[in-house]
Amino acid sequence: MNTDKKVISVRNLTKKFGAFTANDDLSFDVYKGEIFGFLGANGAGKTTAMKILCGLSYPTSGEIMVAGLDVYKQREELKKSIGYMSQKFSLYEDLTVFENIRFYAGIYGMSSREIKAKSDELLQKLDLVHARNKRIGELPLGWKQKLAFSVAIFHNPEIVFLDEPTGGVDPVTRRQFWDLIYEASRNGITVFVTTHYMDEAEYCDRISIMVDGRIEALDTPEGLKNKFEAKDMDDVFLHLARKSNYQE
Amino acid sequence: MDSKISIKNLSKSYGDVQALKNINLEIESGELFGLIGPDGAGKTSLFRLLATLLIPDSGSATLCGFDMVKEYKHIRNILGYMPGKFSLYQDLSVLENLNFFATVFNTRIEDNMDMIRDIWLQIEPFKDRLAGKLSGGMKQKLALCCALIHQPKILLLDEPTTGVDVVSRSEFWHMLKSLKAKGITIIVATPYMDEANLCERVALMQDGEILSLNTPAGIISDFDRDLYSIQGKDIYQLLLDLRAYPYANSVFPFGQSIHYTDTRDDISLSELKDYLISKGQHDIEISKITAGIEDCFMALSQQNIIQA
Repeated sequence: MNTDKKVISVRNLTKKFGAFTANDDLSFDVYKGEIFGFLGANGAGKTTAMKILCGLSYPTSGEIMVAGLDVYKQREELKKSIGYMSQKFSLYEDLTVFENIRFYAGIYGMSSREIKAKSDELLQKLDLVHARNKRIGELPLGWKQKLAFSVAIFHNPEIVFLDEPTGGVDPVTRRQFWDLIYEASRNGITVFVTTHYMDEAEYCDRISIMVDGRIEALDTPEGLKNKFEAKDMDDVFLHLARKSNYQE
Repeated sequence: MDSKISIKNLSKSYGDVQALKNINLEIESGELFGLIGPDGAGKTSLFRLLATLLIPDSGSATLCGFDMVKEYKHIRNILGYMPGKFSLYQDLSVLENLNFFATVFNTRIEDNMDMIRDIWLQIEPFKDRLAGKLSGGMKQKLALCCALIHQPKILLLDEPTTGVDVVSRSEFWHMLKSLKAKGITIIVATPYMDEANLCERVALMQDGEILSLNTPAGIISDFDRDLYSIQGKDIYQLLLDLRAYPYANSVFPFGQSIHYTDTRDDISLSELKDYLISKGQHDIEISKITAGIEDCFMALSQQNIIQA
């Protein structure tokens, strides 16, 4: 992690839906190559903030730069500089492994030659050469998720956003998935990740915890545990999230 | 009344995929039993069979003494089932949903209030809201009320806490404890290994098989290798260095430390430390620890792959 270079800069981000404030005056920075954990209870406002950072929704107010680009004025350029993967939707089940890679890489404007060369390399690395022409729907969930992550960073974005990438995945595969995250981070890709697994929160360089639309804490996992005199991240999270006044 | 579940040699396939392979399981009356395993382990198939929604390829099961195939109508009256996917009517209100399920079972909400009161009080303020407009935690509470409204003897809960945050998860387990106190037999499936400790007994499942069946403490005491927690400054590099160590048996990251087992019975910690220092690691801390359920699960699933 290189704290000289900010890849995400958020100043006073507020997002309102009618009378409801989903994001309340958020300010934080994320650095190049950092693994940044974005935690919070259901309904705390994580998805809202993430959509704004991905250029999919406008903030009500605030200054937000992602990959050096303005989220109000440079949304299309911004989308090219990021990758995105979610648990719910990542790859097309009825396209083959290679077709999915070609589809996503094509959207990001990569040439056929580049796609061909890089996908061979990727399939070898993931040990999926034999599955090149298999439909995604036939693959076990763990393979799918690893492939989905690799596809999300195939165009070498500055930042990749991961929305609960490991839900339901077995513990061994979950760790193999984090290997890929570590590797991407080491290659300079910034990783912005949400998760409900608190042990995974500890793999992050820094973590923010949102409660009722605000960031209640932001520090290294070690720093947070010390601050709240907690034995693990579960404790830290429970301590903060129980303060929620969120009413349905 | 006896509300045991007895499962014998139960198998189920979908085409080429063997979802359940010869499952044998006895669950006691009033037990809080956990099915722990990732997606694809066979948890949902087992639930659908027990809920009499699928017919097995072979094998059998009885619930409260009723045969799952021949006496399925009896079973449906004594069983509460909460599927993994939210399956209530999104365009009916909270109260309308509950009323609907009460009517289907030929009963009334008022007659069963004792059973659901603790949970119902939490969602009652939103009783006129459409079910589709509830948050995840509230949907889950409504679904539980609907599964309980006919006072079932057995409750099947398929991943009630998946995708739910830590606070709602801990509340949900409190509710289960109080239901158990009413004498209901509960089987709950979860992909979260840490929730195993909240059950009386658990079956660790993977690829349609039971890897281990025991109390949480029993599963942990079956872990037969010495387990070490290793900490250092650069976790990823430490991970790579440990994997390259010739005597490494298993190397898994756990939060900010790495859990390590060695292939030797007699491990030399100073030798391991010297090795890591020679790789440029510093501030190494190694300590012997007790395994958790997740350590056990990973060890068992790796063994299973080797045997298979």
